[in-house]
This record gives sequence, structure tokens and C-alpha cells, in this order.
Amino acid sequence: MRQMSAAFLILAIVTMIAACAAMTLRGLVHCALALAVAFAGIGTLYLSLGAQFLGLAQLLVYVGAIAVLIVFVILLTRGGDGDASPLIPTGLPITGIVVATTILALLAWAVFHSFAMHSLGPPATPATVRELGTVLMAEYVLPLEVIGLMLTAALIGAVVVAMKEKQDTQ
Amino acid sequence: MLDQVFVLLKHWLLGYSPAAIQPEVSILLTILPILLVFPVLFALTTVLERKGLGRIQNRYGPNRVGFYGILQPMADALKSLTKEDIVPASADRAVHFLAPLVLLAVAFLPYAVLPIGRNMIAANLDAGVLFFFAIGAISELSVFMAGWSSRNKYSLLGAMRAVAQMISYEVPLLLSSIAVIMAAGSLNTVEIVNKQAGFSGIFPHWYVLTPWGFAGFVLFMIAATAETNRSPFDLPEGESEIIAGYYLEYSGFKFALFFLGEYLGMFAISGLGITLFLGGWGAPLPFLTWVPSWIWFFAKLLGLIIGFIWVRGTLPRLRMDQLMNFAWKFMLPMALVVVVSAGAWRFLPQGVTRWLVSTLLLAVAYALLARGVETRNKIAKRTYRFAE
Repeated sequence: MRQMSAAFLILAIVTMIAACAAMTLRGLVHCALALAVAFAGIGTLYLSLGAQFLGLAQLLVYVGAIAVLIVFVILLTRGGDGDASPLIPTGLPITGIVVATTILALLAWAVFHSFAMHSLGPPATPATVRELGTVLMAEYVLPLEVIGLMLTAALIGAVVVAMKEKQDTQ
Repeated sequence: MLDQVFVLLKHWLLGYSPAAIQPEVSILLTILPILLVFPVLFALTTVLERKGLGRIQNRYGPNRVGFYGILQPMADALKSLTKEDIVPASADRAVHFLAPLVLLAVAFLPYAVLPIGRNMIAANLDAGVLFFFAIGAISELSVFMAGWSSRNKYSLLGAMRAVAQMISYEVPLLLSSIAVIMAAGSLNTVEIVNKQAGFSGIFPHWYVLTPWGFAGFVLFMIAATAETNRSPFDLPEGESEIIAGYYLEYSGFKFALFFLGEYLGMFAISGLGITLFLGGWGAPLPFLTWVPSWIWFFAKLLGLIIGFIWVRGTLPRLRMDQLMNFAWKFMLPMALVVVVSAGAWRFLPQGVTRWLVSTLLLAVAYALLARGVETRNKIAKRTYRFAE
């Protein structure tokens, strides 16, 4: 195993604590903010591994957009008034534990059987933004276009849903 | 020599530190100037702004402390330091405390990728522009934290307005930067500046001097004004509507921190505008290249700040629906046309044709969009959807 650096350890611990806080805190807005910290921690982890574009995109999309979206949803639906106790049915923790361990086992299996674990050669040089762009625009242009089309469709759908209400009220 | 004086100074100081801690000292020597220079610039800007607004509004402005009121920021700092720090009883103490700190940390980070002179950049990242926007996105969360944790209706309203506004105007901001990124072929701020070096005749190769660059620059600055919550886009803190918005419940030095964060954000985004469109630290005329590069950066920065102050003293505040209409129905399509126009500029051969094509695209789009905005916004009785 490669040596874990101090930066990695600190980032990992912060991310883990933030993720745990996001699960266990009572106030919904607190959970959302802790989740944002966890997102930022993961983004910084990517950065420390040399994946600049991925790390920054993670910060931009997850912290800048998704966390804000979550916060907005909380405020618009429940008012985010602190201790709105999340009613957890008794059966749920077991289901949760089963799902969590299954996913963890699956991920661990995938990581330990992955190509990177068996070929401990020199680490690959970090891809520059230019290389990423070239690959996205040449080799994976079809998936990119499909994703773009799907997102546009989702956006138009959201606008249509929002417009309909206006016709009803008037 | 004078151009590199700060770089040489840093290396000279570095020579005196023991070899074992040299990396740390180097980092410190890079960060400290940023932490010192820009807050001082903030202090000077507050005087400049109050004096300038006073001039526009036909009054004197601060003129009691020091020569021409130049020491006013000292008095302000002392005042805010000695004031009581009041936290509302029902406030969420932890978040209320953290919000100004997060805002300030996020306000300082973008300076890492701004080249303020030749060889003067803290972190020359491969994806520098992306770093700038990624960090800028976090400031939305800090604004929300401030507004929500205060447990005040006005604060929350201000925060919601701020977040909605910042998200809306981030789209044209990013799109107009993408035009420059396309033209320069790089996300690296230093390389973007280098691409704008050189002159044809007496004109520098700045992107603002191309048709798409000019349109992009105007869009960028409008969006930047909205991103930094400055007038005429100061709805989040509109004093006459929601008192002070998200930082209403902050007093003493925390309030000063919010102000500092806001101005630092303004300087940073102006710095990015300079880097992207105004040739960074490049001289505007070929016979002025002997002036040190960092002087040019700060001269341009000061010019943009004066522009901001002028706009603030001149234009009235927008209404929320006008703000949103302007962002989504004018700025966004216009920014998309700027991207197309920049693409045409890049792939057409040099000469008159690309000037014509690029200008024509923008002019037609502007005419159509402006007309669309005008006819759609017929002045009529306002209808409310939820308030009645």
C-alpha cells in the first residue's frame, strides 16, 4: 500500500466527520451545511490527488449548486425550523445498515479487483484540462451530447411544470 | 528591474531562511502580501467611494478625520472594533459565528489565481479560471448561512434574494468567460494574459478590443456587479426594503468583516475581468511597456472600481422581477451569442470578414433581444401570484 500523506488523512477525517454530521444532526439546514462540507472535502481530496478539473468541478457543481439547491428545497418546503424531528420508523435502521454494508462491500470488491491496485507502477500523470477536453470532444462526444440533450429536456420539463401552475391560478 | 522588484524581494528574503523551512517561508511570503495589500485597498476604496458618492450627490462626504478625510477608515475600524458584538437570542449561534468567517476565507481564495504582475501569481493552476468560479460558488452558501442563522425575516429574505440573484447571474458570467477561454485555448490565467500580449500598431491585443470581447466584457461586468450585490443590483441588502438583508443581525467587527468580504469579492472579480478582457498586467500602449506590470494591474483595477462607484451613484435599484427578466431573457441569450461569435472569430481567417461576421451576429442578436425585452415588459398594473 502506498503511504498515506498527512493532507490525505486530515481531509479524509474532515470529510468523514462532516458526512456523519450530515446523517445525525437534528436540524435539516445543519445537515445540509454538513453535507456541503463533505462535498468540499471530497473535492479537495480530488485536488490533492492531482485531478484538478474533477476537484474544481466537484466544488462548483456540488457545493455551489447542489448544496444550495438542497438548502432552498428545505426552506421552501418545511421552513427549516430547526428540530423538525425526522420520524424514523423502527424498521428503517436495519434496512439502512444492510444497504450501506452491501454498497460498501461492492465498492471494496471493485476497488480491490481494479486495475490500479494490481499494477503499482508509477502513478499516472494527472490529465490536464486540455487532454480531458480533447477526449470528451472526440472519443466520448456521443455520450456528452446525449447527456446534454437529457439535461435540456429536464430543464424544459421543469419550466413547463412551473408554467402550468400559473395558468391555473389566473 | 522595477518590474520584478517584489519577486526579487521574495527571493532575497527566502535566502535568509533555513533550508529546512524554505517551502513554508515561501508560501508565507506569497500569501502575506495578498492578505495585506487588498484589505488596505479596501480601506482606501471606502474613502474613495464615500467621497465619490458625495460628489455625485452634491455633498462633501467624510472630511473630518485626517487630510481630506483620508484617515476615515481608521476611525471606522476603531469604531467597529469597540462596538458590542450582539448575537440575537434565537439565532443559531454556531452558524451565525461561522458565516462571516467562511465569507472572508472564500473572498481571499480567488486571489491565488490572479496574476497581479509578471511572474506574480500565488498559485499558477492549470485550471485557474475554473478555480475562481468554484470558490465563488461557495460564497453563496456563506450568504445563506448568515441570512438563515439570524432568525430574522428580513435577513432570510435578503439571503434568498442574494442566492437567487447570484445563481442567475453566474450563468452569463461563466458564459462570457467561456468566450475568452475558447479564444485563448486555456483555463490558465497566466496563459490568457500572455495570449493578449503584443500590439498591432498602437492597439494592444486585448480581447476587449474585438467585437465579441467588447460584448463579453460588458456582460461580464454587469454580471459581476450583480454577483457582488452592488447597486443597481443591491436588492439583497436594499436598505429601504429589507433594511440590510442578510447581515442585518451582525454588529461590530462581524459587520465590518461582511463589508470587507463584499469589497474583496468586488476586487477579485474585477481582477478576473482585467485578466480575461483587459490584458491582465499588460500595458495599454506600446511605448508604455517600461512601466512595471503590477502598476498596470492596479491602475486597471482602480479604473474598474471607479466605474463601480459611478454606476452606484447613478442608477436606481432594480425590482426583483426586472432583475430576473434581465438575467434570463437578455443576459443569457446574449452571452450564448457572444460564445458563438467568439467561435466564428476563432475559425474565420484574419481580416475584415471576421470583424463583419462577429459584429453582425452580435448586433442582430442585440437588436432582437432588446426589442423583445421592450415589448414584453409593457408597463401595466402589476399582478401578484402569491401575495394576494
